[in-house]
Amino acid sequence: MAAEIAPADRRAGYDFAGAESRAMQDDDAVNPGMLGVLQGETLWATPAGTAGRSCADCHGDARAGMKGVAARYPVFEPALGGPLDLEMRINRCRAEHQGAVPFAWESEELLALTAFVAHQSRRLPIAPGERSELRPFVDLGSRLFHRRQGQLNLSCSQCHDDNWGKRLAGAVIPQAHPTGYPVYRLEWQSLGSLQHRLRNCMIGVRAEPYGYGALEAVALELYLMARARGMPLETPAVRP
Amino acid sequence: MARALINLPARARRGEVIEIKTLIAHPMETGYRLGPTGAAIPRDIIHRFTCTYNGEEVFAAELYPAIAANPFITFFTVATESGEIALSWTDDRGQTQTEVRQITVE
Repeated sequence: MAAEIAPADRRAGYDFAGAESRAMQDDDAVNPGMLGVLQGETLWATPAGTAGRSCADCHGDARAGMKGVAARYPVFEPALGGPLDLEMRINRCRAEHQGAVPFAWESEELLALTAFVAHQSRRLPIAPGERSELRPFVDLGSRLFHRRQGQLNLSCSQCHDDNWGKRLAGAVIPQAHPTGYPVYRLEWQSLGSLQHRLRNCMIGVRAEPYGYGALEAVALELYLMARARGMPLETPAVRP
Repeated sequence: MARALINLPARARRGEVIEIKTLIAHPMETGYRLGPTGAAIPRDIIHRFTCTYNGEEVFAAELYPAIAANPFITFFTVATESGEIALSWTDDRGQTQTEVRQITVE
């Protein structure tokens, strides 16, 4: 079992990014992720579905109503008997309370709305819930993080716990804390979710990636957020 | 209307050099990428950006497919008089989007 990173040694991906990327992230007028946040702000106020209701109609001003929400996701959803991440929560709201068709995974609208909601928790410490019902899923996430997989037979932990700070194919290996999701990735030239990033990693070790919304994907998200507990959220982050 | 973020000072002293930062949402599709069927995704880019200050053009740029998505253009100009600064982006289809900001010059 690989050694976990000591709490004092934890650093966000921001600290491993180059000066230019950090400068892009720090200025809201320059951060391309903010274009998504702006779009999300519009979507928040737009009525949708057969109920003709907008998010604002139930939740009010997001600045107040959504403060701290993204920092405590994924949560346990009793109706599912399992964990739910923010994208899934938004889509459940759409279906159940707005009578609207859920947004497709990684669609521009879902990314924008998720970014807008998560942005309301910027600078707040990551604090996923600690209900006992979540424990088995955190453990599942931990097992998935530590097991070898793929043709390259590497575990997440081997890079992100044991070799962070060193280089892989010219890029610095970060510690894999999801502090800025949805993130504006320069490689994608757009916002992307944590599940999108995890799929890229799995393809990188030549493993079959989990489908969007798969239990394994959400369990991994939950474990990563628990592992990053206390670190401030930066949404929308800019990464290479 | 594509989303645009514009940063320029609301007030400035006469003769002061001011920085204008602009960021617009646009895929800037190069025309070289292949889609899922193997056919090239058609080119769709912003090819011209201009800034006029009370009607006079103070900055212009021609953009090519090498410019990344969501182009960020920043430049300097001299604050001469109060009035309107208009920023325009024109795409391959000939459509132009213009954002106008007021500036007060003392």
